[in-house]
Parts: sequence; C-alpha cells; structure tokens
Amino acid sequence: MAWTREDMARRAAQEMEDGFYVNLGIGIPTLVANFIDESIDVTLQSENGMLGMGPFPYEGEEDPDLINAGKQTITELRRTSYFSSADSFAMIRGGHIDLSILGAMEVSGTGDIANWMIPGKMVKGMGGAMDLVAGVKRVVVIMDHTSKAGDPKLLKTCSLPLTGTGVVDRIITNLGVFDVTDDGLVLVELAPEVTVDDVKASTEAKFALAEGLAV
Amino acid sequence: MGKLYTDAVAALDGVLFDGMTIMAGGFGLCGIPENAIQAILDSGVKDLTIISNNCGVDGFGLGKLLDAKRIRKMVSSYVGENKEFERQFLAGELELEFNPQGTLAERIRAGGAGIPGFYVKTGVGTVIAEGKDHRDFDGETYIMETGLTADLSIVKAWKADPQGNLIYRKTARNFNPMMASAGKVTLAEVEDIVELGELDADAIHTPGIFVQRLIKGEFEKRIEQRTTRTKEG
Repeated sequence: MAWTREDMARRAAQEMEDGFYVNLGIGIPTLVANFIDESIDVTLQSENGMLGMGPFPYEGEEDPDLINAGKQTITELRRTSYFSSADSFAMIRGGHIDLSILGAMEVSGTGDIANWMIPGKMVKGMGGAMDLVAGVKRVVVIMDHTSKAGDPKLLKTCSLPLTGTGVVDRIITNLGVFDVTDDGLVLVELAPEVTVDDVKASTEAKFALAEGLAV
Repeated sequence: MGKLYTDAVAALDGVLFDGMTIMAGGFGLCGIPENAIQAILDSGVKDLTIISNNCGVDGFGLGKLLDAKRIRKMVSSYVGENKEFERQFLAGELELEFNPQGTLAERIRAGGAGIPGFYVKTGVGTVIAEGKDHRDFDGETYIMETGLTADLSIVKAWKADPQGNLIYRKTARNFNPMMASAGKVTLAEVEDIVELGELDADAIHTPGIFVQRLIKGEFEKRIEQRTTRTKEG
C-alpha cells in the first residue's frame, strides 16, 4: 500500500539527526515537524528571519510580528533568535543549514529539481527555493510519485523550468525512497506492499536497486 | 537637523517623483511601512519601480499602490497572494523581475554597502542565470549579481530614538535593515519613539546614520494567515 501524506512526512522526519538545523518547505514538508523524534534536538529555521520555530499559537495569542515563511502565525521557543533576511540567507547560502525538506513538481535522475514555475500559468515566484537547494548541505524532496494526471514526476530530464541542477540528495514519494548518486538514481526503500514493478511502471528515470531490494 | 516629522505626508515632502525607485520593507504583511504606503498613494506619484519581497494583498499593503495602477515594475521573489497583480501582469500592464529571495536580500545589502556586484551559486543552470557573468571559484560555478539601491527606502521598525537608531521586533525585521541602508533617502516609521539613551546601544539593529526621516506611525498590522492550535484538556 502506497504511503499517505502523513506516512511520507513521518518517513522524512527520519532524515533528521541530533543537533541538526533544518528548513522545511511549504505543504507536506511542514507536516514533518509533527513527527520529529523527541529524543533528538532539532532547530527549525524559517527563512523570513528566525531560528527555533515553535508551534502555532493558541487562539487569541497570535502575534502579527511573528510569522513563518508561509506567512502563518507561529510562536517562539526559549532557544529562538531573530535576524534579517540577509543573515537568514547567509545561513542558507553559506552551507550552515544541515537539511532542507521541500516539495517538487519534477525531479531528474541527476538531481535537478523543478518546483517554482509552470509555463502558461501565472508565475508566483521562486521565493527562497533556489537559495535553499543551492546552499543547504542536504536536500530531500517529498512529492507524490506521479502527477494528478498520472504522469511520472521522476524524469530523465525535467521539462519544467529548473530551480537548481544536481542539487537533490534524496526523494521520498508515496511509493518509496530514492537516493541520487554519482551513478544515478537508486531505489533504497519501498512503501509497504509496493513492488519494484509498480515503481518501474510509474517512473521515467532509470534507477538501480539497493541491496536487499534486488528481485 | 532633526529627523523627526509629524507624519508620513510631511516626511515625504520633496522626495517623491514619477518614475522613481522605492524599496519597501516587509515579508508578506509582516513589518510593512503602512503609513508611507498610504502617503505615497495619496500623493498621486506614479510609474514606480518597487523593490519588495512581495506585493501585499488585494487592497492592503503594496496592493493599494497596485490597485491604483501606480506601479510600473516590481522586483520581488514571490507575488502569489494578489489577484490584481495577476490581472495586470497577464494584461501586460505590469513589469516583473523575479529574484531568488536570498539573492534579493543580498543585492540590497550589497547596494547599501557600496558593493556593485558579487557572485552566488543560487540559480546556476536556471533561467535566473541567463545573460549573467559566470565564473568558477574552487571548481564550482557561480553567477554575478549586482547591488541594488533606491531613490527612497520606506521601512518599518518597532522602536526608534530621535537619532533614528532602530530596533525591530521578531520576524518583522526581515528586509527592513538592508533596505534602510540602500535608500538615498530612508524614511523609517515606528510604533514608538523613545528618549535618547533609552535604547540599549548594544541592541540597536539599524544605526541612525541609515535613517534620514522618522515618524511615529499608526498600524493595523493585518495577519495574512491566522493559524492556531487548541488548548488540550
């Protein structure tokens, strides 16, 4: 059975390590915060200028001066620090953030990612996505394995305008987990009851099988 | 010479002209200079180039200038919250230059710091890199970005003293400090102006040298996405 959005977020939370500074994108990546193992110490960065992002406020305690990058009201923690957008992207571009988890429309077998623009539709902008994929130490994508129309999203070459080239390290879809290696994509995990043939049928990019997954 | 003005209209006297470039602080609706935006709208000035991370929402923030068709060009990283923006852009009435958010922040910081150009890896291999100078450092490819300045910067802070020393509050800081440094004239609007010596000199975010004009403003501080949790038990 393929993973649900929550399953994917739970799986992505396992990418966190003790002491990590992490930036979570908008959408499914935001859910990942709910599944972080309480035994490890993780600090969430919000690129609008905050380290140590807390949960949503209780009703009546919203502060218009305290929002995340999705413009949602949030809270601070005892560890929180605030800073300018220039300092925020010095952290991101300068390689000081350990992990970025973000969504994508397409990913290629060589780790190219497209997640900001669909030609013919109104372009909203890339926000901080290009800086994040270029600068953060490790980039993990969470996305559905296929589009709503059933088309593969893991491609030989992205067809949409790129956000970055050769930047993705790992992809978590509803069917399984892939690593981008120097030799191409490797399928490293399968969702329960999903077969390698299921994955092959809905993946355009070529991929190898990790040990233990070989048929 | 004092920096303190009675209101935004007085503070912008003699500063505004058609076709000018204005930097406006804020992220979404957080930390935006509401008073200066209203005064610019009321002044009738037009054909503006606005450098700001976003363009407000319909009817609020920079959306007010957009609704009145005062903006010729936006330089932003994300403009997805605004139907009138989409209409004007698709109708060819509005020019738009997207910058990656970190590149935008650094271009403004550089402009204010007297740095005309710098190299980043953000956007290499994407449409952002087209036509830009590429250069390799230690085996990695970077693209050149240029510094940005403006005829006027409008910023919003929490507290100021009469010297124009500024302190921001929480995530309302965002683009405001860099923009304060990059305006030929910078107007800061704040929630509270305190006596000299009341601000902790070690805690000042923007030194007063970057601020030429200062007002105490009135703020609605609208929330764009009100998200809450419920108390348990």
